[in-house]
Parts: sequence; structure tokens; C-alpha cells
Amino acid sequence: MERRIYLDNSATTYTDKEVLQKMLPYFSEVYGNGSSQHFFGREALVAIDEAREKVAKAIGAKPTEIYFTSGGTESDNWAIKGAAHALREKGNHIITTAIEHPAVIKTCQALEKDGFEVTYLPVDSEGFVTAEQVEKAITDKTILISVMTANNEIGTIEPIREIGAVAKAHKILFHTDAVQAVGNVPIDVVKDNIDMLSMSAHKFYGPKGVGVLYKRNGVKIGRFMDGGEQERNMRASTLNTPGIVGLGAAIEIAVRDMEKNYKHVAELRDYFVKELLANVKDIKYNGPVDTSRRLPSNANFSFEYIEGESILMSLDLEGIAVSSGSACSSGSLEPSYVLLSVGVPIELAHGSIRFSFGKNNTMEEVKYTLEKLYAIVARLREMSPLFKEFKGEQKYV
Amino acid sequence: MYNEKVMQTFANPKHVGYIEDNDGAGKVGNATCGDIMEITIKVKDDVITDAKFRTFGCAAAVATSSVATDMVIGMTVDEALKLTNARVVEYLEGLPPQKIHCSVLAEEAIKAAIEDYRKRQSEKAGK
Ligand SMILES: Cc1ncc(COP(=O)(O)O)c(C=O)c1O
Ligand SMILES: [Zn+2]
Repeated sequence: MERRIYLDNSATTYTDKEVLQKMLPYFSEVYGNGSSQHFFGREALVAIDEAREKVAKAIGAKPTEIYFTSGGTESDNWAIKGAAHALREKGNHIITTAIEHPAVIKTCQALEKDGFEVTYLPVDSEGFVTAEQVEKAITDKTILISVMTANNEIGTIEPIREIGAVAKAHKILFHTDAVQAVGNVPIDVVKDNIDMLSMSAHKFYGPKGVGVLYKRNGVKIGRFMDGGEQERNMRASTLNTPGIVGLGAAIEIAVRDMEKNYKHVAELRDYFVKELLANVKDIKYNGPVDTSRRLPSNANFSFEYIEGESILMSLDLEGIAVSSGSACSSGSLEPSYVLLSVGVPIELAHGSIRFSFGKNNTMEEVKYTLEKLYAIVARLREMSPLFKEFKGEQKYV
Repeated sequence: MYNEKVMQTFANPKHVGYIEDNDGAGKVGNATCGDIMEITIKVKDDVITDAKFRTFGCAAAVATSSVATDMVIGMTVDEALKLTNARVVEYLEGLPPQKIHCSVLAEEAIKAAIEDYRKRQSEKAGK
């Protein structure tokens, strides 16, 4: 394999060289435990608190509102389970959407087994929920609203500011899974009326296995990890100093370069979408058409008559990495629930591919991918019984 | 997750197509479950002389279609009926566990094509 083209930046990103350089000393030089009282520990703590300030600044929060975690999944679990259990006396109803990441959906399902009631709001054909929908779903038992900032499969950017305002007006906690959004689009926890927010460093050119839960001061939830007294006695476990330093450096760079990266990535995506729609028949562009309400990195297509995993593996053979919403690539029998939720027919959902562009991708890579993709789609369609039937060349069976 | 043999077979499958003047045709699976396989065969004196496939499905489905059609060419229909997905998988040096169900389709498509062949034979004999 000669080419290595990475178009799966929503799955994860590489760790920026600048970020990695900042992390390196914290493995074997400044290796103290941030909770230790001696100078080894204090050195680590200084670095951790610097990172905390960077995170707070990036999202308009206070440093005391930032809690480091092991990633987006932990932050989602903690926010939702923490709020649910803390507010159980008040009510047992949670509002979320049908297209959340499994880190939220499965957490809510687990709570349902514990006696909580969850409303999974349906979304429109582009993946949007509205603040009105959220407001209508509120009951006197509602204790938490959790709506993602941006969807990982189809890139929909939800109207979280309006939803946050509704939550605020009804004095209900508002959590948002901003894992796909942080570092890519602007977020301000105050203006956006956010009480709790999840993020994960590896989605914005930081390291894997480290994330943040932002929790507005005054929001009372229990601790998620029992043990030591780290993170103001809210999240036990020795702090991951290199990871936290990396997260801090990554978010600082992401915010610094946001406009530039947004422009570059959106340009690649827009060109890709335009060319693909012009050159391949019988495809469906999934997700929002209005680019201002869609992650700049995301393009999601369904290809009629062919199956997504075979497209993915064919691209793989050409050195191009993408992801698919087909059942056969996930190992489950059901294709992507996100695509089904936006009304993509099940056959088409099986034939879907997500292309997610990153700041290091080039226009040359996009053009190369398009050329390969045209040939792959043609080859697989030639191989497909559905295509011949569609073209009316066979009346068979 | 796929081994080299599966990937190579997927990249260069044999016997892709549709035999227009086939003696038997079988189609199994459906688009809802994500895999459809269609096999057409040519039979002379109860020996399969040619087989072609068309598949809507994953890399495992395509690779097993290729191997299964390749294996049955030259077999008598009775022998071909005994072809199991396990043998196809073995030839491919293994498939990931969640992909075994895709390989069952190849076995089923061959069986369906032979059934169709037999049905046509008995209809002919009946006339
Ligand atoms: C929207 C969303 N939420 C949560 C997660 C989970 O994040 P992590 O892998 O850091 O646990 C992801 C990552 O795939 C995501 O895209
Ligand atoms: Zn399959």
C-alpha cells in the first residue's frame, strides 16, 4: 500500500506534533503525582492547572468548573448518571435524542433499568431536534436534558443555545455531548446555557484516553469514580499528567487555529460533496444541506445498490480510510440507527459511508479519493444483482 | 480483521456475472439484512460446467461467493449440494466470527440454484 489517506477524522485524529512535544517531558522528567506535596508533585500540578485554565478559557468557563476524565464516554456517563442520581428525589425523567452517541444512549438505557424514564426525541430528515420539541417533552418529573452539540455520523449541529435556554427557563439541568464539536466550532458554555459538557482530546488533535467534564459551579452531582480525593474530591484516580497537558495544548491550538482549519476542512468537504454528487448517480447525501449547521469535516453518503462495508474495504485496498454505517462493518445486524432515525431507508443505510476530513488532508488527496471512489462504485455496482434489476436489464426472480 | 486471502479474493473475485442461458438460478438474502447473493449455473449431464455470481454485500460475502462458485464448477450437482460454508471459510483461511453468517449465504445460493435446476428438469420430464 503506497498511499495512506486518512478520511476518518471523526473517529479520531492524530496527535499534533506541537502537542506531543509539550506532553513528552511529563512522562519521564516531570513524573510526579499531581497530588503529592513535594516538589515533584507540585511541578505536575502546575502543568495540570495550566491545562485546566486553557480548557476553561476555550469554552468560556472557570477553571474550577473543569474536571479531567478518561474521555468522552466517562464524561457522558458521569454527567448523566450523576445528575440522575443526585436529582432522583425531584424526578425521574430525562430528555435526550434518538441520535446521541452510544455513550449517551446506553447510559440512558441503563438508567431506564433503574426506574428512570427517558424520552428519545425523534429528529428531522437532517438530524435536527428543535427547542420546541424539547420544551414539549418536559414534564414536572424532568430532571435532565442531554442533547449533543454535533452528531458524529452526519455532522448535524444541534440548536443547543436555544435548547439550553429552554432548560434554563424550566430550571432543568442541560448537558451536551460536545465531543465532536469542541475545537472545531465555537462553544461558549455561558452564552450557550450549558450546565455540563463532555469533550475528548483525541477528537481535536490531542491524545486518546483523556477528556473533560465541564460542570457549572453550583450544579450538584455525585462523584463517579470512588477512591482518592483528586479533582476537588469529585473524580478519583491519579491525574494523567501527560494526557492532561496534551489536552490543554491541543485545545489552545484548536481555538487559536479554528478559523483557518474550519475554512480548509470545509473547502475540502464542499469540493468532495459537489464532485461526488455531479459524478455518481443514485447517491444520497445524508445530514444537513446548510453547511453553517453542519460540522465542516463531515460528509455522509448512501450509495444505492451496493453495500457500505465493501466500499470501505475497497477504499482500504487503495490506501484510503473511511468508516461505514453498514451493519456488516459494525458487526451488528442493524445498520446505523442514526441514519435510520433521519429516515434513510434500511437498504440505503447499509450502503452508507462517512468521510470525515481533517486539517492535514489536502485537495490532492480529495481528488485522488474521488477518482478511486468512482471506479469502486462502478465495479461494485457491476457486481450487484440490485443494480441490474434497477436498470431493467434483468427481470429475473 | 480480514486476512490477506480474503482481501485478495475480494479485490479479484472470480466468476462475477450472470449466465443468461442458465440452467439454474438462485437468489438468497435481502437488502434489509444487508446481503444478497445471486448465483446462476450451467449444467451438463448433472455436472456444473459454469457458475457465476452477483452479490450485494460485504467483503466477506463477495469473497465467499467467489470461492463457492469456483469450487462447484466441475462438481456434480449432488457433490455441490454437499458444499458447506465451513469448507468455503476454510479455503479462505478463516473469517472473523461476526462474518460467518455472511458465508452461509454462498452455500444457500448454490443450493437454491441447484433446486431451481432440478425443478426445471422435472418440469421438462413431466412434459
Ligand atoms: C459524539 C461522541 N460522544 C462520545 C464519544 C466517545 O468519546 P471517547 O472515545 O473519548 O470515550 C465519541 C467518540 O467516538 C463521540 O463521537
Ligand atoms: Zn456481510
